[in-house]
Amino acid sequence: MIRINTPEELEIFRQEILSGRDPGKPCITLCSGSACNASGSEEVGARIEEEIIQQGLSGSVGLRKTGCHGFCERGPIIINHPAETTYLQIKPGDVPEIVSNALQQDKVINRLLYTDPGTNEKIVHESEIPFYKHQKRLVFGSNGSIDPKNIDDYLAIGGYSALAKVLSGMSPEDVLDEVKKSRLRGRGGGGFPAGSKWEGSRDASEKIKYVIVNADEGDPGAYMDRALLEGNPHSILEGLIIGAYTIGAHEGYIYVRQEYPLAVENISLAISKALEYGFLGKNILGSGFDFVVKVHKGAGAFVCGESTALMTALEGRAGEPRPKYVRSNIRGFWDKPSVLNNVETWANIPLIINKGADWFTQIGTEGSKGTKIFSL
Amino acid sequence: MNLDNEKIDQIIDRHHGEASSLIQVLLEIQSDNHWLPKEVLERVSEKLQVPLSRTMHIASFYKAFSLVPKGRHDVHICMGTACHVRGAKRVLETVEDLTGIKPGETDADMKFSLETVNCLGCCALGPVMEINGKTHGKVTIGETANVLNSYE
Repeated sequence: MIRINTPEELEIFRQEILSGRDPGKPCITLCSGSACNASGSEEVGARIEEEIIQQGLSGSVGLRKTGCHGFCERGPIIINHPAETTYLQIKPGDVPEIVSNALQQDKVINRLLYTDPGTNEKIVHESEIPFYKHQKRLVFGSNGSIDPKNIDDYLAIGGYSALAKVLSGMSPEDVLDEVKKSRLRGRGGGGFPAGSKWEGSRDASEKIKYVIVNADEGDPGAYMDRALLEGNPHSILEGLIIGAYTIGAHEGYIYVRQEYPLAVENISLAISKALEYGFLGKNILGSGFDFVVKVHKGAGAFVCGESTALMTALEGRAGEPRPKYVRSNIRGFWDKPSVLNNVETWANIPLIINKGADWFTQIGTEGSKGTKIFSL
Repeated sequence: MNLDNEKIDQIIDRHHGEASSLIQVLLEIQSDNHWLPKEVLERVSEKLQVPLSRTMHIASFYKAFSLVPKGRHDVHICMGTACHVRGAKRVLETVEDLTGIKPGETDADMKFSLETVNCLGCCALGPVMEINGKTHGKVTIGETANVLNSYE
Protein backbone atom coordinates (compact mmCIF):
# COMPACT_ATOMS: atom_id res chain seq x y z
CA MET A 1 0.00 0.00 0.00
CA ILE A 2 1.26 3.40 -1.01
CA ARG A 3 0.49 6.63 0.77
CA ILE A 4 1.76 9.93 -0.54
CA ASN A 5 2.20 12.48 2.23
CA THR A 6 3.59 15.57 0.53
CA PRO A 7 3.71 17.19 -2.93
CA GLU A 8 7.44 16.33 -3.04
CA GLU A 9 6.70 12.65 -2.41
CA LEU A 10 4.17 12.77 -5.24
CA GLU A 11 6.82 14.03 -7.67
CA ILE A 12 9.31 11.37 -6.56
CA PHE A 13 6.65 8.68 -6.94
CA ARG A 14 5.73 9.99 -10.39
CA GLN A 15 9.36 9.81 -11.50
CA GLU A 16 9.53 6.23 -10.21
CA ILE A 17 6.49 5.28 -12.30
CA LEU A 18 7.95 6.94 -15.39
CA SER A 19 11.41 5.42 -15.00
CA GLY A 20 9.81 1.98 -14.74
CA ARG A 21 8.06 2.44 -18.06
CA ASP A 22 9.64 2.12 -21.47
CA PRO A 23 7.78 4.29 -24.00
CA GLY A 24 9.33 2.23 -26.78
CA LYS A 25 7.85 -1.05 -25.53
CA PRO A 26 5.07 -2.32 -27.80
CA CYS A 27 1.69 -1.86 -26.16
CA ILE A 28 -1.72 -2.66 -27.57
CA THR A 29 -4.43 -0.32 -26.32
CA LEU A 30 -8.02 -1.46 -26.60
CA CYS A 31 -11.04 0.81 -26.22
CA SER A 32 -13.14 -0.62 -23.38
CA GLY A 33 -15.90 1.95 -22.93
CA SER A 34 -19.55 0.90 -22.75
CA ALA A 35 -20.14 1.23 -26.49
CA CYS A 36 -17.05 -0.75 -27.49
CA ASN A 37 -17.90 -3.39 -24.88
CA ALA A 38 -21.30 -3.64 -26.55
CA SER A 39 -19.59 -4.26 -29.89
CA GLY A 40 -17.49 -7.08 -28.45
CA SER A 41 -14.47 -5.38 -26.87
CA GLU A 42 -14.49 -7.69 -23.84
CA GLU A 43 -14.16 -10.79 -26.03
CA VAL A 44 -11.41 -9.10 -28.04
CA GLY A 45 -9.57 -8.16 -24.82
CA ALA A 46 -9.72 -11.71 -23.48
CA ARG A 47 -8.38 -12.99 -26.79
CA ILE A 48 -5.47 -10.51 -26.75
CA GLU A 49 -4.50 -11.67 -23.26
CA GLU A 50 -4.57 -15.32 -24.40
CA GLU A 51 -2.61 -14.63 -27.57
CA ILE A 52 0.12 -12.66 -25.78
CA ILE A 53 0.70 -15.67 -23.52
CA GLN A 54 0.41 -18.23 -26.31
CA GLN A 55 2.87 -16.40 -28.53
CA GLY A 56 5.29 -16.09 -25.60
CA LEU A 57 5.20 -12.28 -25.63
CA SER A 58 4.24 -11.70 -21.98
CA GLY A 59 7.37 -9.71 -21.23
CA SER A 60 7.63 -7.82 -24.48
CA VAL A 61 4.09 -6.74 -25.43
CA GLY A 62 1.69 -4.94 -23.10
CA LEU A 63 -2.09 -4.58 -23.18
CA ARG A 64 -3.93 -1.55 -21.86
CA LYS A 65 -7.72 -1.32 -21.71
CA THR A 66 -8.60 2.35 -22.06
CA GLY A 67 -11.76 4.42 -21.98
CA CYS A 68 -13.84 5.62 -24.91
CA HIS A 69 -12.05 7.09 -27.94
CA GLY A 70 -15.27 8.55 -29.29
CA PHE A 71 -15.45 6.75 -32.63
CA CYS A 72 -17.91 4.17 -31.28
CA GLU A 73 -19.40 3.56 -34.69
CA ARG A 74 -16.17 1.81 -35.70
CA GLY A 75 -15.43 0.07 -32.39
CA PRO A 76 -13.80 -1.89 -30.92
CA ILE A 77 -10.70 0.20 -31.58
CA ILE A 78 -7.11 -0.99 -31.15
CA ILE A 79 -4.06 1.26 -31.27
CA ASN A 80 -0.64 -0.33 -31.51
CA HIS A 81 1.95 1.73 -29.67
CA PRO A 82 4.50 3.21 -30.14
CA ALA A 83 3.79 3.41 -33.90
CA GLU A 84 0.15 4.33 -33.11
CA THR A 85 -1.27 2.18 -35.87
CA THR A 86 -5.04 2.34 -35.53
CA TYR A 87 -7.24 -0.66 -36.24
CA LEU A 88 -11.04 -0.47 -36.27
CA GLN A 89 -13.96 -2.87 -35.86
CA ILE A 90 -11.78 -5.62 -34.47
CA LYS A 91 -13.17 -9.14 -34.20
CA PRO A 92 -11.59 -11.79 -31.94
CA GLY A 93 -10.42 -13.53 -35.12
CA ASP A 94 -8.22 -10.54 -36.02
CA VAL A 95 -6.33 -10.73 -32.74
CA PRO A 96 -3.63 -13.36 -33.48
CA GLU A 97 -2.35 -11.36 -36.44
CA ILE A 98 -2.36 -8.07 -34.49
CA VAL A 99 -0.47 -9.61 -31.59
CA SER A 100 2.09 -11.33 -33.78
CA ASN A 101 2.72 -8.02 -35.55
CA ALA A 102 3.18 -6.06 -32.33
CA LEU A 103 6.94 -6.51 -32.29
CA GLN A 104 7.31 -5.31 -35.87
CA GLN A 105 5.82 -1.86 -35.52
CA ASP A 106 6.35 -0.93 -39.18
CA LYS A 107 4.16 -3.79 -40.34
CA VAL A 108 0.56 -2.72 -40.97
CA ILE A 109 -2.55 -4.84 -41.45
CA ASN A 110 -4.24 -3.00 -44.30
CA ARG A 111 -7.72 -4.49 -44.07
CA LEU A 112 -8.18 -3.26 -40.48
CA LEU A 113 -7.27 0.36 -41.22
CA TYR A 114 -9.74 3.20 -41.70
CA THR A 115 -10.66 3.75 -45.34
CA ASP A 116 -11.50 7.30 -46.31
CA PRO A 117 -14.90 7.04 -48.01
CA GLY A 118 -14.09 9.92 -50.38
CA THR A 119 -10.66 8.91 -51.63
CA ASN A 120 -10.53 5.19 -50.75
CA GLU A 121 -7.22 5.95 -49.11
CA LYS A 122 -6.14 3.88 -46.08
CA ILE A 123 -5.36 5.90 -42.97
CA VAL A 124 -2.87 4.56 -40.41
CA HIS A 125 -3.07 7.05 -37.52
CA GLU A 126 -6.11 7.98 -35.46
CA SER A 127 -5.31 11.70 -35.59
CA GLU A 128 -5.51 11.71 -39.40
CA ILE A 129 -8.96 10.10 -39.59
CA PRO A 130 -11.40 12.87 -40.66
CA PHE A 131 -13.56 12.25 -37.57
CA TYR A 132 -10.64 13.21 -35.30
CA LYS A 133 -8.69 15.56 -37.55
CA HIS A 134 -10.46 18.78 -36.63
CA GLN A 135 -10.99 18.02 -32.96
CA LYS A 136 -9.12 19.74 -30.16
CA ARG A 137 -9.24 17.36 -27.23
CA LEU A 138 -8.26 18.73 -23.84
CA VAL A 139 -10.52 17.28 -21.17
CA PHE A 140 -11.11 14.16 -23.25
CA GLY A 141 -7.51 14.01 -24.49
CA SER A 142 -6.16 11.30 -22.21
CA ASN A 143 -9.12 8.95 -22.56
CA GLY A 144 -7.52 6.85 -25.26
CA SER A 145 -4.15 6.45 -23.61
CA ILE A 146 -4.73 5.62 -19.94
CA ASP A 147 -6.22 2.67 -18.13
CA PRO A 148 -8.95 4.24 -15.95
CA LYS A 149 -8.63 1.42 -13.41
CA ASN A 150 -4.94 2.17 -12.87
CA ILE A 151 -4.22 5.33 -10.86
CA ASP A 152 -0.53 5.10 -11.82
CA ASP A 153 -1.49 5.70 -15.46
CA TYR A 154 -3.12 8.97 -14.41
CA LEU A 155 -0.08 9.91 -12.32
CA ALA A 156 2.20 9.12 -15.26
CA ILE A 157 0.51 11.81 -17.36
CA GLY A 158 0.85 14.40 -14.59
CA GLY A 159 -2.25 13.48 -12.62
CA TYR A 160 -2.86 15.17 -9.26
CA SER A 161 -0.13 17.74 -10.02
CA ALA A 162 -2.80 20.47 -10.06
CA LEU A 163 -3.95 19.34 -6.62
CA ALA A 164 -0.35 19.39 -5.39
CA LYS A 165 0.13 22.87 -6.84
CA VAL A 166 -3.01 24.14 -5.11
CA LEU A 167 -2.26 22.58 -1.73
CA SER A 168 1.38 23.60 -1.67
CA GLY A 169 1.21 27.20 -2.75
CA MET A 170 -2.25 28.58 -3.49
CA SER A 171 -4.78 29.99 -1.07
CA PRO A 172 -8.46 29.23 -1.70
CA GLU A 173 -8.76 32.86 -2.88
CA ASP A 174 -5.99 32.31 -5.44
CA VAL A 175 -7.78 29.27 -6.83
CA LEU A 176 -11.08 31.11 -6.96
CA ASP A 177 -9.45 34.03 -8.80
CA GLU A 178 -7.93 31.66 -11.34
CA VAL A 179 -11.25 29.89 -11.98
CA LYS A 180 -13.07 33.23 -12.30
CA LYS A 181 -10.38 34.54 -14.64
CA SER A 182 -10.67 31.41 -16.78
CA ARG A 183 -14.33 32.31 -17.41
CA LEU A 184 -15.17 28.61 -17.26
CA ARG A 185 -18.90 28.10 -17.68
CA GLY A 186 -20.94 25.13 -16.48
CA ARG A 187 -20.84 22.28 -18.99
CA GLY A 188 -24.15 20.73 -17.96
CA GLY A 189 -26.15 22.98 -20.24
CA GLY A 190 -26.94 26.02 -18.08
CA GLY A 191 -23.63 27.70 -18.79
CA PHE A 192 -23.52 29.48 -15.43
CA PRO A 193 -20.04 30.92 -14.64
CA ALA A 194 -18.39 28.34 -12.38
CA GLY A 195 -16.30 30.93 -10.52
CA SER A 196 -19.37 32.95 -9.46
CA LYS A 197 -21.12 29.83 -8.26
CA TRP A 198 -18.07 28.84 -6.19
CA GLU A 199 -17.70 32.35 -4.80
CA GLY A 200 -21.28 32.36 -3.52
CA SER A 201 -20.65 29.20 -1.51
CA ARG A 202 -17.21 30.28 -0.39
CA ASP A 203 -18.59 33.57 0.99
CA ALA A 204 -21.56 31.93 2.73
CA SER A 205 -21.19 32.02 6.50
CA GLU A 206 -22.26 28.41 7.15
CA LYS A 207 -19.55 26.10 8.47
CA ILE A 208 -20.64 22.96 6.64
CA LYS A 209 -20.53 23.06 2.83
CA TYR A 210 -20.74 20.49 0.07
CA VAL A 211 -19.45 19.88 -3.44
CA ILE A 212 -21.41 17.69 -5.82
CA VAL A 213 -20.75 16.16 -9.24
CA ASN A 214 -23.83 15.99 -11.42
CA ALA A 215 -23.44 12.80 -13.45
CA ASP A 216 -27.14 12.24 -14.04
CA GLU A 217 -26.70 12.44 -17.78
CA GLY A 218 -29.86 11.32 -19.47
CA ASP A 219 -30.57 13.13 -22.73
CA PRO A 220 -30.81 10.81 -25.72
CA GLY A 221 -27.51 10.52 -27.55
CA ALA A 222 -25.54 12.34 -24.85
CA TYR A 223 -22.77 10.40 -23.14
CA MET A 224 -19.96 12.86 -22.64
CA ASP A 225 -20.09 12.44 -18.88
CA ARG A 226 -20.18 8.67 -19.07
CA ALA A 227 -17.14 8.63 -21.33
CA LEU A 228 -15.19 10.71 -18.79
CA LEU A 229 -16.37 8.77 -15.75
CA GLU A 230 -15.46 5.52 -17.46
CA GLY A 231 -12.28 6.70 -19.14
CA ASN A 232 -10.65 9.28 -16.86
CA PRO A 233 -12.36 9.29 -13.45
CA HIS A 234 -9.39 10.75 -11.56
CA SER A 235 -9.54 13.98 -13.56
CA ILE A 236 -13.07 14.58 -12.21
CA LEU A 237 -12.01 13.72 -8.66
CA GLU A 238 -8.98 16.01 -8.85
CA GLY A 239 -11.18 18.91 -9.94
CA LEU A 240 -13.68 18.14 -7.19
CA ILE A 241 -11.02 18.07 -4.46
CA ILE A 242 -9.67 21.43 -5.66
CA GLY A 243 -13.22 22.85 -5.64
CA ALA A 244 -13.81 21.55 -2.12
CA TYR A 245 -10.59 23.16 -0.89
CA THR A 246 -11.60 26.44 -2.52
CA ILE A 247 -15.05 26.74 -0.98
CA GLY A 248 -14.17 24.99 2.29
CA ALA A 249 -16.12 21.74 1.89
CA HIS A 250 -15.05 18.48 3.52
CA GLU A 251 -17.62 16.20 1.97
CA GLY A 252 -18.47 15.61 -1.69
CA TYR A 253 -20.96 13.52 -3.62
CA ILE A 254 -21.04 12.02 -7.06
CA TYR A 255 -24.59 11.50 -8.28
CA VAL A 256 -24.36 9.00 -11.12
CA ARG A 257 -27.10 7.04 -12.85
CA GLN A 258 -27.28 3.37 -11.97
CA GLU A 259 -27.89 2.79 -15.69
CA TYR A 260 -24.15 3.48 -16.13
CA PRO A 261 -22.70 0.40 -14.36
CA LEU A 262 -19.17 0.77 -15.75
CA ALA A 263 -19.10 4.47 -14.82
CA VAL A 264 -20.19 3.62 -11.27
CA GLU A 265 -17.52 0.91 -11.09
CA ASN A 266 -14.67 3.06 -12.38
CA ILE A 267 -15.43 6.16 -10.31
CA SER A 268 -15.88 4.04 -7.17
CA LEU A 269 -12.55 2.34 -7.79
CA ALA A 270 -10.93 5.73 -8.43
CA ILE A 271 -12.24 7.01 -5.09
CA SER A 272 -10.87 4.04 -3.15
CA LYS A 273 -7.48 4.34 -4.88
CA ALA A 274 -7.32 8.10 -4.25
CA LEU A 275 -8.12 7.40 -0.61
CA GLU A 276 -5.34 4.82 -0.42
CA TYR A 277 -2.78 7.16 -2.04
CA GLY A 278 -3.79 10.03 0.22
CA PHE A 279 -5.44 12.33 -2.35
CA LEU A 280 -8.65 11.93 -0.33
CA GLY A 281 -9.18 11.49 3.40
CA LYS A 282 -7.41 13.25 6.23
CA ASN A 283 -4.56 15.72 5.82
CA ILE A 284 -4.34 15.49 2.02
CA LEU A 285 -0.69 15.76 0.86
CA GLY A 286 0.22 17.08 4.30
CA SER A 287 -1.83 20.26 3.85
CA GLY A 288 -4.15 19.72 6.79
CA PHE A 289 -7.11 19.69 4.42
CA ASP A 290 -9.61 16.81 4.87
CA PHE A 291 -12.07 15.69 2.22
CA VAL A 292 -14.12 12.57 1.47
CA VAL A 293 -16.32 11.62 -1.49
CA LYS A 294 -19.33 9.32 -1.69
CA VAL A 295 -21.07 7.86 -4.72
CA HIS A 296 -24.86 8.05 -4.86
CA LYS A 297 -26.51 5.96 -7.55
CA GLY A 298 -29.50 7.56 -9.23
CA ALA A 299 -32.53 5.27 -9.26
CA GLY A 300 -33.94 6.33 -12.60
CA ALA A 301 -35.68 9.69 -12.63
CA PHE A 302 -34.86 12.05 -15.47
CA VAL A 303 -35.85 15.07 -13.37
CA CYS A 304 -33.02 14.39 -10.90
CA GLY A 305 -30.57 15.94 -13.35
CA GLU A 306 -31.98 19.29 -12.21
CA SER A 307 -29.80 20.56 -9.39
CA THR A 308 -32.37 21.00 -6.60
CA ALA A 309 -34.12 17.73 -7.45
CA LEU A 310 -30.74 16.00 -7.43
CA MET A 311 -29.95 17.33 -3.96
CA THR A 312 -33.35 16.20 -2.68
CA ALA A 313 -32.62 12.73 -4.08
CA LEU A 314 -29.21 12.74 -2.34
CA GLU A 315 -31.06 13.26 0.94
CA GLY A 316 -32.90 10.00 0.28
CA ARG A 317 -36.20 11.49 -0.87
CA ALA A 318 -38.16 11.66 -4.11
CA GLY A 319 -36.28 14.00 -6.39
CA GLU A 320 -38.54 16.93 -7.13
CA PRO A 321 -37.30 20.42 -7.97
CA ARG A 322 -37.99 23.34 -5.67
CA PRO A 323 -38.28 27.02 -6.59
CA LYS A 324 -34.88 28.66 -6.48
CA TYR A 325 -35.59 31.90 -4.64
CA VAL A 326 -32.39 31.08 -2.77
CA ARG A 327 -29.78 29.44 -4.98
CA SER A 328 -28.40 26.08 -3.97
CA ASN A 329 -24.86 27.42 -3.70
CA ILE A 330 -26.25 29.34 -0.69
CA ARG A 331 -28.82 26.82 0.54
CA GLY A 332 -28.71 23.42 -1.15
CA PHE A 333 -28.02 19.88 0.07
CA TRP A 334 -29.29 19.59 3.69
CA ASP A 335 -29.91 23.37 3.40
CA LYS A 336 -26.15 24.01 3.35
CA PRO A 337 -24.16 25.89 0.68
CA SER A 338 -23.56 23.34 -2.10
CA VAL A 339 -21.60 23.75 -5.30
CA LEU A 340 -23.00 21.42 -7.90
CA ASN A 341 -21.19 21.24 -11.23
CA ASN A 342 -21.36 18.91 -14.17
CA VAL A 343 -18.75 16.14 -14.67
CA GLU A 344 -17.05 17.96 -17.50
CA THR A 345 -16.91 21.26 -15.59
CA TRP A 346 -15.02 19.60 -12.73
CA ALA A 347 -12.66 17.85 -15.15
CA ASN A 348 -11.65 21.23 -16.62
CA ILE A 349 -10.35 22.48 -13.26
CA PRO A 350 -7.01 20.58 -13.16
CA LEU A 351 -6.22 21.88 -16.67
CA ILE A 352 -6.96 25.47 -15.67
CA ILE A 353 -4.82 25.20 -12.53
CA ASN A 354 -1.90 23.55 -14.33
CA LYS A 355 -1.85 25.69 -17.46
CA GLY A 356 -3.39 28.87 -16.15
CA ALA A 357 -6.47 30.93 -16.88
CA ASP A 358 -4.63 32.94 -19.56
CA TRP A 359 -3.99 29.77 -21.54
CA PHE A 360 -7.58 28.63 -21.06
CA THR A 361 -9.12 31.89 -22.28
CA GLN A 362 -7.20 31.64 -25.55
CA ILE A 363 -9.37 28.65 -26.42
CA GLY A 364 -13.06 28.82 -27.25
CA THR A 365 -15.40 31.60 -28.29
CA GLU A 366 -15.81 35.16 -27.02
CA GLY A 367 -18.62 34.22 -24.66
CA SER A 368 -17.53 30.74 -23.68
CA LYS A 369 -13.96 29.68 -23.03
CA GLY A 370 -12.31 26.29 -23.27
CA THR A 371 -13.46 23.25 -25.19
CA LYS A 372 -16.76 21.38 -25.11
CA ILE A 373 -17.20 17.65 -25.53
CA PHE A 374 -19.98 16.65 -27.92
CA SER A 375 -21.50 13.31 -28.63
CA LEU A 376 -23.37 12.86 -31.86
CA MET B 1 -37.37 -15.96 -3.71
CA ASN B 2 -38.05 -13.32 -1.11
CA LEU B 3 -35.07 -11.97 0.74
CA ASP B 4 -34.83 -12.97 4.34
CA ASN B 5 -34.63 -10.32 7.00
CA GLU B 6 -31.01 -11.09 7.72
CA LYS B 7 -29.98 -10.21 4.16
CA ILE B 8 -31.95 -6.97 4.31
CA ASP B 9 -30.35 -6.09 7.63
CA GLN B 10 -26.90 -6.69 6.15
CA ILE B 11 -27.61 -4.28 3.32
CA ILE B 12 -28.92 -1.69 5.77
CA ASP B 13 -25.86 -2.12 7.99
CA ARG B 14 -23.58 -1.51 5.01
CA HIS B 15 -25.21 1.91 4.76
CA HIS B 16 -24.88 2.50 8.51
CA GLY B 17 -28.65 2.46 8.93
CA GLU B 18 -28.95 6.09 7.85
CA ALA B 19 -32.36 7.24 6.68
CA SER B 20 -30.72 9.27 3.89
CA SER B 21 -29.46 6.01 2.37
CA LEU B 22 -33.02 4.78 1.74
CA ILE B 23 -32.68 4.96 -2.07
CA GLN B 24 -29.28 3.21 -2.04
CA VAL B 25 -30.65 0.44 0.23
CA LEU B 26 -33.67 -0.11 -2.01
CA LEU B 27 -31.43 -0.17 -5.10
CA GLU B 28 -29.33 -2.95 -3.62
CA ILE B 29 -32.39 -4.97 -2.68
CA GLN B 30 -33.89 -4.41 -6.12
CA SER B 31 -30.66 -5.57 -7.71
CA ASP B 32 -30.52 -8.76 -5.58
CA ASN B 33 -34.21 -9.64 -5.64
CA HIS B 34 -35.46 -8.00 -8.87
CA TRP B 35 -38.48 -6.52 -7.09
CA LEU B 36 -39.56 -5.01 -3.78
CA PRO B 37 -42.22 -7.04 -1.93
CA LYS B 38 -44.41 -5.28 0.63
CA GLU B 39 -42.81 -7.07 3.60
CA VAL B 40 -39.39 -5.89 2.45
CA LEU B 41 -40.53 -2.27 2.28
CA GLU B 42 -41.99 -2.60 5.76
CA ARG B 43 -38.75 -4.05 7.12
CA VAL B 44 -36.67 -1.29 5.51
CA SER B 45 -38.98 1.42 6.86
CA GLU B 46 -38.79 -0.01 10.33
CA LYS B 47 -35.03 -0.41 10.36
CA LEU B 48 -34.29 3.02 8.85
CA GLN B 49 -37.07 4.65 10.89
CA VAL B 50 -38.66 6.15 7.82
CA PRO B 51 -42.49 6.25 7.49
CA LEU B 52 -43.79 3.52 5.18
CA SER B 53 -45.55 6.21 3.15
CA ARG B 54 -42.19 7.76 2.29
CA THR B 55 -40.65 4.41 1.39
CA MET B 56 -43.64 3.76 -0.89
CA HIS B 57 -43.22 7.22 -2.39
CA ILE B 58 -39.58 6.44 -3.23
CA ALA B 59 -40.35 2.94 -4.50
CA SER B 60 -43.05 4.22 -6.83
CA PHE B 61 -41.29 7.46 -7.88
CA TYR B 62 -38.03 6.01 -9.23
CA LYS B 63 -38.07 3.88 -12.34
CA ALA B 64 -35.44 1.43 -11.14
CA PHE B 65 -37.84 -0.11 -8.62
CA SER B 66 -40.50 -2.71 -9.25
CA LEU B 67 -43.39 -3.42 -6.91
CA VAL B 68 -44.36 -6.57 -8.81
CA PRO B 69 -42.31 -9.76 -9.37
CA LYS B 70 -40.06 -9.70 -12.42
CA GLY B 71 -39.09 -12.43 -14.86
CA ARG B 72 -35.71 -14.13 -14.92
CA HIS B 73 -34.53 -11.97 -17.79
CA ASP B 74 -34.90 -8.21 -18.07
CA VAL B 75 -35.35 -7.16 -21.69
CA HIS B 76 -34.82 -3.47 -22.39
CA ILE B 77 -35.58 -2.11 -25.83
CA CYS B 78 -34.01 1.27 -26.49
CA MET B 79 -36.50 3.75 -27.92
CA GLY B 80 -34.09 6.71 -27.90
CA THR B 81 -33.93 8.98 -30.93
CA ALA B 82 -31.12 7.18 -32.75
CA CYS B 83 -32.59 3.71 -32.17
CA HIS B 84 -36.05 4.99 -33.09
CA VAL B 85 -34.94 6.11 -36.54
CA ARG B 86 -33.08 2.84 -37.01
CA GLY B 87 -36.18 0.73 -36.49
CA ALA B 88 -36.52 0.21 -32.72
CA LYS B 89 -40.31 0.11 -33.10
CA ARG B 90 -40.11 -2.98 -35.32
CA VAL B 91 -37.73 -4.64 -32.86
CA LEU B 92 -40.18 -3.92 -30.05
CA GLU B 93 -43.12 -5.31 -32.03
CA THR B 94 -41.14 -8.47 -32.76
CA VAL B 95 -40.29 -8.93 -29.09
CA GLU B 96 -43.94 -8.33 -28.17
CA ASP B 97 -45.06 -10.97 -30.68
CA LEU B 98 -42.48 -13.51 -29.55
CA THR B 99 -43.04 -13.09 -25.83
CA GLY B 100 -46.72 -12.19 -25.83
CA ILE B 101 -46.15 -9.30 -23.44
CA LYS B 102 -46.21 -5.51 -23.64
CA PRO B 103 -43.73 -3.10 -22.04
CA GLY B 104 -44.09 -3.16 -18.25
CA GLU B 105 -45.33 -6.75 -18.26
CA THR B 106 -43.88 -10.13 -17.33
CA ASP B 107 -44.87 -13.37 -19.05
CA ALA B 108 -46.76 -16.16 -17.25
CA ASP B 109 -43.65 -18.38 -17.12
CA MET B 110 -41.75 -15.59 -15.35
CA LYS B 111 -39.15 -15.84 -18.08
CA PHE B 112 -39.04 -12.33 -19.58
CA SER B 113 -39.92 -8.86 -18.32
CA LEU B 114 -40.13 -6.26 -21.04
CA GLU B 115 -39.39 -2.54 -20.70
CA THR B 116 -38.77 0.27 -23.13
CA VAL B 117 -35.95 2.63 -22.16
CA ASN B 118 -34.73 5.93 -23.51
CA CYS B 119 -31.18 5.91 -24.83
CA LEU B 120 -28.78 3.30 -23.54
CA GLY B 121 -25.91 5.44 -24.76
CA CYS B 122 -24.61 3.41 -27.67
CA CYS B 123 -26.42 5.11 -30.54
CA ALA B 124 -23.83 3.98 -33.07
CA LEU B 125 -25.07 0.44 -32.50
CA GLY B 126 -28.79 1.14 -32.86
CA PRO B 127 -31.27 -0.41 -32.71
CA VAL B 128 -30.15 -1.75 -29.35
CA MET B 129 -31.69 -4.40 -27.14
CA GLU B 130 -30.26 -5.03 -23.67
CA ILE B 131 -30.90 -8.29 -21.85
CA ASN B 132 -29.72 -8.66 -18.22
CA GLY B 133 -27.29 -5.82 -18.82
CA LYS B 134 -25.74 -7.32 -21.95
CA THR B 135 -26.08 -5.12 -25.00
CA HIS B 136 -27.11 -6.56 -28.33
CA GLY B 137 -26.41 -3.97 -31.03
CA LYS B 138 -27.61 -3.53 -34.61
CA VAL B 139 -30.33 -6.11 -34.05
CA THR B 140 -32.42 -7.16 -37.01
CA ILE B 141 -35.87 -8.75 -36.85
CA GLY B 142 -34.42 -12.19 -37.55
CA GLU B 143 -31.73 -11.83 -34.93
CA THR B 144 -34.24 -10.72 -32.32
CA ALA B 145 -35.78 -14.18 -32.26
CA ASN B 146 -32.35 -15.85 -32.10
CA VAL B 147 -31.26 -13.64 -29.23
CA LEU B 148 -34.44 -14.29 -27.23
CA ASN B 149 -34.22 -18.03 -27.90
CA SER B 150 -30.73 -18.11 -26.46
CA TYR B 151 -32.14 -17.34 -22.99
CA GLU B 152 -33.50 -20.20 -20.89
